[in-house]
Amino acid sequence: MFKIEAIIQPSKLGAVREALKAIGVEGITIAEVRGHGRQKGHKEVYRGREYLVDLLPKIRLEMVVTEAHKEDVIEAILGAARTGKIGDGKIFVYRVEGAIRIRNADRGEAAL
Amino acid sequence: MAQSGNDIADLKAAVKASQSAGDNAWILMSAALVLMMTGPGLALFYSGLVRRRNVLGTMMQSFAMMAVVSLLWAICGYSLVFDQGSPLLGGLHYLFLHGVGAAPNADYAPTIPHTTFMIYQMMFAVITPALIGGAFAERVHFKATLLFSVIWMFLVYFPVAHMVWGKGGFLNAFSGGAIPVFDFAGGTVVHITSGFSALATAIMIGKRRGYPAEPMKPHSLVLSFVGACLLWFGWFGFNAGSALAASSLASSAFVATHLAAAAGAVAWMIAEQVRNGKPSALGAISGAVAGLATVTQGAGFVQPFAAVLIGFIAGFVCYAMVGVVKMKFGYDDSLDAFGVHGVGGLVGCLLTGVFATRLINDGLKTAGGQAAMLGAIDGNPRQILNQAIGAVIGIAFGLIGTFVALKVTGLITPIRIGAQEEAEGMDIALHGEEAYVLED
Repeated sequence: MFKIEAIIQPSKLGAVREALKAIGVEGITIAEVRGHGRQKGHKEVYRGREYLVDLLPKIRLEMVVTEAHKEDVIEAILGAARTGKIGDGKIFVYRVEGAIRIRNADRGEAAL
Repeated sequence: MAQSGNDIADLKAAVKASQSAGDNAWILMSAALVLMMTGPGLALFYSGLVRRRNVLGTMMQSFAMMAVVSLLWAICGYSLVFDQGSPLLGGLHYLFLHGVGAAPNADYAPTIPHTTFMIYQMMFAVITPALIGGAFAERVHFKATLLFSVIWMFLVYFPVAHMVWGKGGFLNAFSGGAIPVFDFAGGTVVHITSGFSALATAIMIGKRRGYPAEPMKPHSLVLSFVGACLLWFGWFGFNAGSALAASSLASSAFVATHLAAAAGAVAWMIAEQVRNGKPSALGAISGAVAGLATVTQGAGFVQPFAAVLIGFIAGFVCYAMVGVVKMKFGYDDSLDAFGVHGVGGLVGCLLTGVFATRLINDGLKTAGGQAAMLGAIDGNPRQILNQAIGAVIGIAFGLIGTFVALKVTGLITPIRIGAQEEAEGMDIALHGEEAYVLED
């Protein structure tokens, strides 16, 4: 089992979810986060006072998938989230030691 | 013959009663509109501009005035402003609203109940100290805000309002004042006094800790936007209501008010477009409020396109004050109470001397009973000087009164919150609650 964590542009959330749904990913958790990589921030001006905003809004998606599914999920996210510009985000892949469904104590891939 | 004489008397009484009913409905409505400017209008406008830890504390600075100043007004404020008294301050005949009842007060508003006039004027007294709070946002104890505001009412608002609007007032153009000043709806009484007092508080109380190095962005321009739109809406009660009747003068003031707000918004947007390349929502609403504050003094004296010009000038001048001059001097007028209300009020006071015209307001009569010339465009350039003297008196009372009120407050209770409280925020430190609770 692998955990796929993707940090993407907020505007790409809809496209990524569609792509994941198309390949049968059922469980997903998302969070609104702020951060930056190599992307520079932008300038905001309030009544003439300038602020450099470098913590930008991003969406973090997390899902745990089987090994067989892993590359498909990564391809789906790459395909849907990319604009080709700096700031598109990153995908991290982690090995997952176990998964347990709380409702019935299913374990392993059966819990996904 | 006797029968027809009675009929005519009955008819006259009926006409008078129906005029009174119409005027009373409008002024009661206007009183409610002006109250709405403080809460939620100003409370939302200001609290959206602060950081999220100070939202409730900022709202309370406005809301508390609705409670405290209302009571103060009923106890003695109304009397000290509108009883005849001396040229500087009213008398005590209306203490505890004694003698303020159904019968109109012919000196001020002969067609509406005295009670209506009293409650309408109360709402102006409520918003004025609330405006000052924008200059010392995010750093003052709630108790100190209350005490300062009460002292300030006695030292600044009551005397200035009496001088300009009270019977026998030194600056009251319509009651034989030595220096006649035209202030239709409170450009001097409300905006100059509060705005220059705001500057004094910003300088005396000092900057927020971390200003200007730390970012202090408005936490919700959505709140500010809703607040500004409510201010615009309520301002029709403020300015058009100041005709004190549902009259053509009210309509004229209504139009002037609206056009100045519109012109102020356009001017500020142009200034930002030129300087930053992007007209902002905060800029547009700030420009509208600047236009409104600036046209207040002349609303019932100027023609529609004079109001447009006043609004335009307000937008550009106030933008320059808050966007350029404030940075140069470094004082922390946190929400620009001085930059918008003080500067706008002053500009509006002087421009009223230029543009006031008897074509709009024929209330002031010459010895011969004809409408007197008002401003420079009527051929009375001296009025600009009168307006300037009125402004200087308003400014002097504002600055000196604020200095004294803050010093006295400081002897009784601490003014500034401590470093820990300022970091934690007023909401938790002073009020024991949070504006936004994220968990259930």
